[in-house]
Amino acid sequence: MQVTININGQSVSHDVEPRTLLVHFIREQAALTGTNIGCDSSSCGACTIHLNGEAVKSCTMLAVQADGQEVTTIEGLADGDALHPMQQAFHECHALQCGYCTPGMVMAAVSLLDEKPDATEAEVREGLEGNLCRCTGYHNIVKAVLQVGGAK
Amino acid sequence: MIPVAFDYERATSAEQALSLLAEHGDDAKLIAGGHSLLPLMKYRLAAPAVLIDIGRLEELSYIRDEGGELAIGALTRHFDVENSDLVQSQVGLLAAATAEVGDPQVRHRGTIGGAMAHGDPASDLPAALIALGGSLVIDGPSGRRQVDVDSFFTGFLETALSEEEMLVEVRVPKMPESTWSFQKFNRRAQDWAIVGSAVVINNDSCGVGLVNMDSRPIRASAVEEAISNGASATEASELAAEGCEPPADINAGVDYRRHLARVLTRRGLEESGR
Repeated sequence: MQVTININGQSVSHDVEPRTLLVHFIREQAALTGTNIGCDSSSCGACTIHLNGEAVKSCTMLAVQADGQEVTTIEGLADGDALHPMQQAFHECHALQCGYCTPGMVMAAVSLLDEKPDATEAEVREGLEGNLCRCTGYHNIVKAVLQVGGAK
Repeated sequence: MIPVAFDYERATSAEQALSLLAEHGDDAKLIAGGHSLLPLMKYRLAAPAVLIDIGRLEELSYIRDEGGELAIGALTRHFDVENSDLVQSQVGLLAAATAEVGDPQVRHRGTIGGAMAHGDPASDLPAALIALGGSLVIDGPSGRRQVDVDSFFTGFLETALSEEEMLVEVRVPKMPESTWSFQKFNRRAQDWAIVGSAVVINNDSCGVGLVNMDSRPIRASAVEEAISNGASATEASELAAEGCEPPADINAGVDYRRHLARVLTRRGLEESGR
């Protein structure tokens, strides 16, 4: 089945089986491997991308469900060499250790602040409940998100 | 994990979805957000031959004020229900329970109709709808029918929907003056409830629905009756597990679940001002 998805501003079109997951379309057809597969069961959030501007888990969507829609992955956030403010804040606050959860965490954090620009620390912690990090204890991640936006 | 191969049909109207269902019958499943069905298909616990995608039927995504009730289209996403001023002000319990479903990513995709039609006893929303005394509008080959929530959930992942029918709307009575509480006990933030209790008090009537306390979402009738007969929260909540046959699994045994039902229902009644 022919599936066309606008990924990071580029139209990507491939003939795929209907059972192809969106995350596989992104990694294998579009060759964008920044989006990780973690638990593969919608618990860990490593595969979080934006679908029409909102965070979703791409392991729990079929590529055909995103046909004709807009997807943004971690590769689409930076403006050339200039990091997105959230990426910059993760860098400055050392909001990562191994980095595996980071692409999904950044995408979830950007979507969170889009919806709640004045999020409190508690709201940031709750808003990131769909993303697991096994290294950092979350502290610096929350700090990074609050550096970009949120209640000061 | 990749599902078993299937044929994919994208419905462009509710009417077309119904005719596709009629055509493929038992072999077909409807998919909306897919957050209940896709995991089952990935674990290969479900293997429909045909998937009918109703996820783009805008006509079934709405929240309307219809006098004494709110009418919510089956394809309204959790995100839209939880953030709706109308739902928050008229049916606070439903907004609160919806905000407890999964996590923000899940709520961007999952729909109220999907959560009901899946009929999972561990799901939050069916228990809230039971407490609220809502109803479900079903469309099918012989036209529309409306089913009371107490007749909708018939068994484990089983509902009153026949193979050729589709859930199109969820209806909930408006109760702006109600007090309510949604108590959910789990081990990790976005997990399913080990047990949950949805409580609403509106004027003198009390509604209590339980999550994961039987093979289907279940009403705590004994608690409701006790409260309407003037029992205290402590007395009434002692009856929370009455008539329930809770499952035993890695998270909790039967006795522990009964204990949780009593404790959560007492907290819920207290938070609702009883």
